[in-house]
Amino acid sequence: MTASTNGYLLEASDVSKRYGAVVALKSASLRVRPGEAHALMGANGAGKSTLVKVLTGAVRPDEGTITVRGKERMAHSPAEARRGGLVSVYQEPALIPDLDISSNLRLTETPLEPFRDWVRQLGLGKLDLSRMARDLPLATLRIIDLARALAIRPDVLMLDEITAALPANLTESVLEVVASQRGGEGSIIFISHRMTEIASVCDRATVLREGVTVGVVDISADSADRIVELMLGEAVGEMPERTERAAVASQADEVPRLEVRSLGSSGRLRDVSFDVRAGEVVGLVALEGQGQDELFDILAGSEHASTGEVLVDGRPVSFRHPADAIRAGIVFVPADRAEALLMQRSVRENIALPFSTPISRWGPIRKRNEKPKVDKAIDTLQIDTRAQKEVRLLSGGNQQKVTIARWVAGGVQTMLCFDPTRGIDIRTKHQVYLLLRDLAEAGAAILLYTSELSEIQLTCDRAIVIFGGEVVAEIDVSDADEATLLRAAHNLRSDAPLPEEVVAAAVAAEEEADDAGEELAHQESGEDPGPAEAGDL
Amino acid sequence: MSTTVDTADQSTARPIGALGSMIRRHGWTLGLVGILLVLLVVTRLIQPTYGAAGVQGLAVSVLPLAFAAVAQAIAVIARGIDLSVGSMMALTSVISAALMEERSEGFAVLVVIGVLLLGCVLGAVNGSLIVLTRVPDIVVTLAMLFVWAGCALLVLGTPGGGSAEWLRTLTGGSIVSAWIPRAALLLLVIVAAIWIPIRRSRLGLSLYAIGSDPLAAYRSGVSVTRTKIVAYTLTGLFSAFAGLTLTATTGIGTPVPGPYTLLSVAAVVLGGVSLAGGRGGVFGPIVAVVILSLLRTDMTFLNVNTNLATVAQGLILVGVVMVGSLLQLRKREP
Repeated sequence: MTASTNGYLLEASDVSKRYGAVVALKSASLRVRPGEAHALMGANGAGKSTLVKVLTGAVRPDEGTITVRGKERMAHSPAEARRGGLVSVYQEPALIPDLDISSNLRLTETPLEPFRDWVRQLGLGKLDLSRMARDLPLATLRIIDLARALAIRPDVLMLDEITAALPANLTESVLEVVASQRGGEGSIIFISHRMTEIASVCDRATVLREGVTVGVVDISADSADRIVELMLGEAVGEMPERTERAAVASQADEVPRLEVRSLGSSGRLRDVSFDVRAGEVVGLVALEGQGQDELFDILAGSEHASTGEVLVDGRPVSFRHPADAIRAGIVFVPADRAEALLMQRSVRENIALPFSTPISRWGPIRKRNEKPKVDKAIDTLQIDTRAQKEVRLLSGGNQQKVTIARWVAGGVQTMLCFDPTRGIDIRTKHQVYLLLRDLAEAGAAILLYTSELSEIQLTCDRAIVIFGGEVVAEIDVSDADEATLLRAAHNLRSDAPLPEEVVAAAVAAEEEADDAGEELAHQESGEDPGPAEAGDL
Repeated sequence: MSTTVDTADQSTARPIGALGSMIRRHGWTLGLVGILLVLLVVTRLIQPTYGAAGVQGLAVSVLPLAFAAVAQAIAVIARGIDLSVGSMMALTSVISAALMEERSEGFAVLVVIGVLLLGCVLGAVNGSLIVLTRVPDIVVTLAMLFVWAGCALLVLGTPGGGSAEWLRTLTGGSIVSAWIPRAALLLLVIVAAIWIPIRRSRLGLSLYAIGSDPLAAYRSGVSVTRTKIVAYTLTGLFSAFAGLTLTATTGIGTPVPGPYTLLSVAAVVLGGVSLAGGRGGVFGPIVAVVILSLLRTDMTFLNVNTNLATVAQGLILVGVVMVGSLLQLRKREP
């Protein structure tokens, strides 16, 4: 088919959308040529997801027009958008958990043969269509969702962070498929935080900032800087320089704030020992599923260790409940914000919850004592409170700030952060880095698990590396360049080859070893800091 | 109930695996059937005279509640709940009884058809109100509980009216063998004829889809609102069956028919339908209804105080559901 006279397959002009007082989109435009892979970029809260929802008919815009092949067309539901050739693959797979795969395919009237072809091309291998969607690992579901979308040959395919949570080998085949679609009849709108992926598969990028399209960039070798510049706007923050912090770490004779001694937990953790001193940030590096989840759960009091002990300020502690850990001064910032926040409650209430109501007290809460602390926390973290009535209305980055602010307001002694910057934008990430440093300087001990290796250099004093449930390395920050960390995370000696192939091979081998449905942990093990992500923002 | 599409790769599928997954999928219902069989044996042991007649009586007495349980199950599968099931039963019961009293047998056929259509309308009203007002299901159907109950009392202030003879014979007695009650056959034929084709159609998939994950269903192109209205329409239809059989088995229309709504919810829970939606079927709740009724019969045989029997019924309900979810937890973490 031929595109319209102006040469664009899909054209969205001056789209705006507000939710009450919150302006999600001010004036967003997007023009996609036939056969191109077009990146849609922007910091969290810039309006990317709202724009996608408008395009797929899930949200009706206040103003603006959308034309497909030169004809104005506004979808009113995803079903209608689908019929119009606009298909979206979301971050959470749109598969019905309680239906098996073949029923899911019937639900969307997906032709079976093309679907199977795509599944094969995407590198999933054999797939039992009678399995319930809820029994399959997330990575598999995303591939199925993508194959299902490709099978109906859409005009415009929207991919929202499609490679997140995919192991390395699947990421590669997904990117190959995306690249192979270029030059065909259809177009792809590609949403990702990962610059290297954009650079390798996309032709052009549209950048959104605060609900406005601020630029369209042709992708070339040096376009990354230009995109970052556009995303950040006038508020460009220099990457925070590594602050001087040698002084803190040297006080070895002092009793550590947190000591972990020979911690073990039914097969997932073995003989883990390390300590965290007041005033330092210790980075924890591990591939997915190496025992870090269990370690954090134990330290936060929501799981029990089978062996070993935890000491706080030199005294052994035993937690039956997260409240015990909090009382011992250990607070936890999980990666999943929904796990930590009361989504229907206000920013204020969420921040005040941990410190305003000691469990032993039942009396009324004194708003007067609470307010200054909350205000200070909001201020320190620069939380955007326009939508403060309900936390769920905030953008992801601001939600994450609230999860940290709630502990900051009460005063932090020991903070466990599990990948706190996952899925949030650069500016917010930088604020989080600075905040962690500030907290450490004020005397807090911080244990930071991160899946972005560059964060170790930016925020930590030293890094410990866990592999297969054991501590395999402890690296001072001065030696902790990304290559070293990556090797350590794969438990390789420093002279071994860089493990891109190793990861892929390992994942593939594991997949073959157990197709009994236990592969989730392994499949995801590739997600984490593969070399492809080294240049991640 | 659910079928898997035959595919090329499944040529290697192991028949044992298929049977295994069949059993796994219907494990709860099969377990309930097992409990029912044990209960029947126990009943025979404590009351040796309990035989074909007893089974017939049981089938007749559970018939209205069984239909009510099916009605409730469909609403719950679609992530709803219908508190007006009992009131819709009352309304359809009194209307059918009032219309059939001292009229020809042939006219009763029209009445039956009309009442079933009325059931669909009542359900569609419930569903449309939920969808249009966006008020939670439980609130809308609670309000409609009063509306339909009031209407029923307007039609017949006191129990009365009559039932056609053929309706009574259709639900009473046995067929082929004394051990196969007509009522049971009627129930299974009606439910199977309506539910199984739906279950296998795209509509059935959509019902489970909106119950399992409304957002994913929406994104898969399912019209969540339309499907929800259809779900409540089906609930209304089966409530009308329940009301009709109430008239047929008792011979009169009852404007205040007893705690059918809550019993239907209990049967749905015991029958393995997840109150969170998306899981379970309609046959489990039917078996659950029979179990609950037989338990009461047994306790009567054992001369247990009826009030105590009610307490015991509740405790058994909690116990069975608890054991069930523990078993499921076990399965999840081997």
